[in-house]
Amino acid sequence: MVDIRLASEVPPFHIVADSTEPKHLVTPGSLITKETGFMRGHGTYMQDDCLYSSVAGVVERVNQLISVRPLKSRYHGEIGDVVIGRVTEVSQKRWKLDTNARLDSVLLLQSVNLPGGELRRRSAEDELAMRQYLKEGDLVSAEVQNIFNDGALSLHTRSMKYGKLSQGCLIKVSPSLIRRQKTHFHNLPCGASIIMGNNGFVWICPTLLDDGAGGFVQNLETVPHADRQAISRLRNCVTALAHCKMMIYDTSIMHAYEASVNAGLEIKDLLLPDKIKEIALMVRKQFEMEKE
Amino acid sequence: MAEILLSEAEKAFIHHGVQDDLRCDGRTRLDYRPIILETGLVSNASGSARLRLANSDILVGVKVELASPLPDKPQEGRLEFFVDCSANATPEFEGRGGEDLANEICRFLQRSYASGDTINLSELSVLTGQQCWVLYVDILILECGGNLYDAVSLAVKSALYATQIPSIKVATMDGDQPELELSDDPYDTKRLNTENIPCVVTLMKIGNHYLVDPTPEEECCSSSGIVVAVSGNKKITAVRKIGSGSLHPDSLVSMLKTGSEVGAVVNTILMKKLLEEETLELSQKVGFMR
Repeated sequence: MVDIRLASEVPPFHIVADSTEPKHLVTPGSLITKETGFMRGHGTYMQDDCLYSSVAGVVERVNQLISVRPLKSRYHGEIGDVVIGRVTEVSQKRWKLDTNARLDSVLLLQSVNLPGGELRRRSAEDELAMRQYLKEGDLVSAEVQNIFNDGALSLHTRSMKYGKLSQGCLIKVSPSLIRRQKTHFHNLPCGASIIMGNNGFVWICPTLLDDGAGGFVQNLETVPHADRQAISRLRNCVTALAHCKMMIYDTSIMHAYEASVNAGLEIKDLLLPDKIKEIALMVRKQFEMEKE
Repeated sequence: MAEILLSEAEKAFIHHGVQDDLRCDGRTRLDYRPIILETGLVSNASGSARLRLANSDILVGVKVELASPLPDKPQEGRLEFFVDCSANATPEFEGRGGEDLANEICRFLQRSYASGDTINLSELSVLTGQQCWVLYVDILILECGGNLYDAVSLAVKSALYATQIPSIKVATMDGDQPELELSDDPYDTKRLNTENIPCVVTLMKIGNHYLVDPTPEEECCSSSGIVVAVSGNKKITAVRKIGSGSLHPDSLVSMLKTGSEVGAVVNTILMKKLLEEETLELSQKVGFMR
């Protein structure tokens, strides 16, 4: 019912590195190089002809350009990324979504599919009925179409696979842990579907039977118990991987899920610090076995 | 606590999960999230504790000082609580945003300790009517992850358990001025009996069921709940209703019963862990570096 641990009993979460090459790690204010002739990239600043780092991260060098990629930062959008956003505001002809970026992303009225899949010009009635499609608090899966001058992302849901999200569970992780893959929508064999947004929002829901009528119909029926268990277990696995700073993609999630089932762990046991470390080590071992 | 937005479908999912006795993270309705505890972190306080309940992070420091007792209670010392909601905890606490919540928690703690069953304040008396110990309990909320009342009460109990009050001897009376002699040995201290100090249990009502240790998402789905302070011998010392919804008298009674049972279990496990920590060596202090 209650689990209380002393801080000394909790094992340290070592960053389970994928490669063993030493990386050039820097902290804010540390010197990168004294040589001149380098171009300054993001995360650096020049002082007295020396290049210093302004964030905590890894130094990346591309020919003459030196930049520092921060370990933990807000989401930096690229065109074509799949993101999951929560509606924070309904304004004139657009919705503002929170996507864990520096600015709220914008979803224009003309960038969504109307229910029924009609292709027509958006009229004044559509503008007034915006709140019927998406209101504050709704979750939407979308793709980045464009980036505005100020850095805000412009999203679109012009495909049957994007749209309003129904019942399920949202997990927030660091955007740097999500690997860029061919597809971010997966129907996992354990009975749940997962959407990994590039912005660090991971959505787990019961298996989508069909693609949804334009993505605006919400299913509020009770989810069966077995599906709910799969969703909870996946949620705990993703949180465990994120805690140990391991990359999150469909293979690593399935390895973690199978490891937890094979070890006979109850779903709520996956919240304990030592079990989290156990799962991460098992996933890493599985990857090493597959490499051979 | 922190207001977060949830869609209708997410709220429905949480509601059905509570009915099914399987919450989003696999816990049953009466399960707590893992708690990590450490005492003795702050070296210049007489007692301190740090408690992490999932995302909630609480740091408590206890300082003891000599002062004159209250005129209507000359044989007792006193406890003074102060809660500070740091702006680091959540953006809502910026500026004076955290003051309301801080005052609420402070007042509830004072009420729960006011009963004579919880702590024996006459242990804190030095000279009847003239000098007594005052324990200033400072609570710092570093991170807000839901269920603040529970985390704060457990941290305060741990800090009071670890508090060391210096031994004091009353030297001969020099006319009207008694001289108090503080022992030279820093380890010559006495400890309080913290067996009956209350633990607080928060129960939120979602649909027809109630749950213990709600996450911020679950708090958002629920409209009413109670916060109950349970002392070591299963007695309820304070109750407060939170939220804007209403509670049926029958559900209130069953929530109180469940609260006192859960509180007793939490109390036993906490005392066991605190005893265990005493036997560990000092070199194993972890602090904030992990």
